[in-house]
Amino acid sequence: MTEGAIYFLQLVISGIAVGSLYALVALGFVLIYKATDIMNFAHGEAMMVGAFVCYALVVAGIPFLWAVLMTTVIAMFFGLATERLILRPMIGEPQFAVVMVTIGLSIFLRSVSGIIFGHDNKIFPSQLSEQTLVLKGLVLSYTHLWAMLISGLMVILFFLFFRFSRVGLAMRGVANDQDTAMLMGISVKRVFALTWGLSFAIAAVAGIFLANVMVLNIAICLVAIKAFPAVILGGLESIPGAIVGGLVIGVLETLVGGYLDQTMPGVKDLTAFVVLFLVLMIRPYGLFGKKEIERV
Amino acid sequence: MRIFQTIWGKLWLILFCLALLSLPLWADPYIIYMVNISGIAVIAAIGLNILTGLTGQISLGHAAFVAIGAYTSAILASKLNTPFWLTIPAGGIVAAFFGILLGFPCLRLKGLYLAMATMSFGVVVEYGITHWDSLTMGVRGISVPAPTIFGYTLGDPSKLFYVTIFFVTILTLGAKNLARTRIGRAFVAIRDRDVAAEVIGINLTKYKVMAFAISSFYGGVAGGLYSYSTTYLHPENFTLLLSIEYIAMIIIGGLGSILGSIFGAVFLTAMPDIIKGFADFMGRQFVFLHGRYDEEWNIAAFGLLIMIFLIVEPTGLNGIWTRIKTSFKNWPFTY
Repeated sequence: MTEGAIYFLQLVISGIAVGSLYALVALGFVLIYKATDIMNFAHGEAMMVGAFVCYALVVAGIPFLWAVLMTTVIAMFFGLATERLILRPMIGEPQFAVVMVTIGLSIFLRSVSGIIFGHDNKIFPSQLSEQTLVLKGLVLSYTHLWAMLISGLMVILFFLFFRFSRVGLAMRGVANDQDTAMLMGISVKRVFALTWGLSFAIAAVAGIFLANVMVLNIAICLVAIKAFPAVILGGLESIPGAIVGGLVIGVLETLVGGYLDQTMPGVKDLTAFVVLFLVLMIRPYGLFGKKEIERV
Repeated sequence: MRIFQTIWGKLWLILFCLALLSLPLWADPYIIYMVNISGIAVIAAIGLNILTGLTGQISLGHAAFVAIGAYTSAILASKLNTPFWLTIPAGGIVAAFFGILLGFPCLRLKGLYLAMATMSFGVVVEYGITHWDSLTMGVRGISVPAPTIFGYTLGDPSKLFYVTIFFVTILTLGAKNLARTRIGRAFVAIRDRDVAAEVIGINLTKYKVMAFAISSFYGGVAGGLYSYSTTYLHPENFTLLLSIEYIAMIIIGGLGSILGSIFGAVFLTAMPDIIKGFADFMGRQFVFLHGRYDEEWNIAAFGLLIMIFLIVEPTGLNGIWTRIKTSFKNWPFTY
């Protein structure tokens, strides 16, 4: 292979690795959107809180896996409390208000975490090996390999959950039509609460994972902002869409970073938003979304 | 004057204006500076309220228009020595141009999608002013010369105060009147139901783009004033957080109400000082709380206030104000 081709392939592979992280985050958005029709702008903060709680537990001397388990449970209760206190009073309000409530929650959580945990970088006592895998001149770290693996696993779990479990079916029903779901004897309130609990638990797992791959600080919730374009690109309520969107955004971002960063420094971080804007202009429902977007 | 109907309304207004105009004579410079900053926030908040409150188009990119206005007037003033009475409107016009530019592609978007699109516009503008070094000086920041008129410098806050108050008055009256004209009613019709608005003969394209243009014009003028008031601009001043702050202002003040924008803007501008004062007070009362104040508390309070107002009092401070007024008017009857 020529040097140029290897460089290109290397960029693509790193892009896929980064993209699988975005996909993992995007999955959390899709879960909530699918069941409740709410875009949770505080998802990144939920991840951050999860990561910090797990960090605090590990530092307190609890073995890593137990800490993860406990964090998941704590995050679940946190999600339930959020739904009960903040989202439930908003049922029936215009979408603008709901979006704004989650934005308010996000900046609140971010600054409170800043006060409690501080702004310095923390190194997560990592459980993942730092070695790299070298294959025909292409380099890939094991952590990124894990990212891909866990994202893949999550997708399969999600798929099975929504397809075969009773609760998953109830969630799909509620997402489809709340009134009809109520008539069919599904408790919409319970499904909403469950969805938030579940999504916070998943966010906590994703957050712990991100903290392992990157450093742990407040800025970890900014990954969620990068995941917006991924979700929109894939289609807001599509699970395969979240994965594809995440991967595409990741690959594009690394490619742009690899080829254009010399001439336009920092353009890498802009890519995702330009893509977001273009998608919204051309195909607002994304690649796999329902063509339900209202238009004038 | 027709918009203030009662004699008491007029009287209070005149008293308020007198108190405001004489402020530089007796008030402390910090208070004057704060009034300037609140005035600027009032203009930006009214602008956002025209777009979001009246027309119902969510914008998470209002800070971008403020940034465009601020940088336009800063560049005109520092590189071309343009006088301030040209640069501030120029900031507004350039921002309005970008508003139209953003308004056209956003015509078909609504709600969540519109929020996303305007947010990415904000990010792109922030990137632009950070990296277009030759024009905006990038992260080094750009400093703005003091405005002069007839060879007379208006550098310090107590003189700049009159410039700010002039623009605040004109733009507030403009917005108040706008809401009562055909344009304002068309905006409200679009907010309430766009399809119905179109059916009764409102050209959606025209009015939506117009809402974007007017709103960004206000943002741009606010930016121009801001550049003179702080005399130094840095891209860090215009992040997503600022857009959220403006949204917080109009939610806390009251969506779709001009008076509400004023309440919200003044309240949120003064809030960091209120919190600081309260923290100092608590620190003196309880020793263990001493020195625990942190800038982060302000941002946390923003978030908390947004949530509380949306859940408990969606009509904002303006709603509370109206309720107090009516209960006084009808006293001793409940309604």
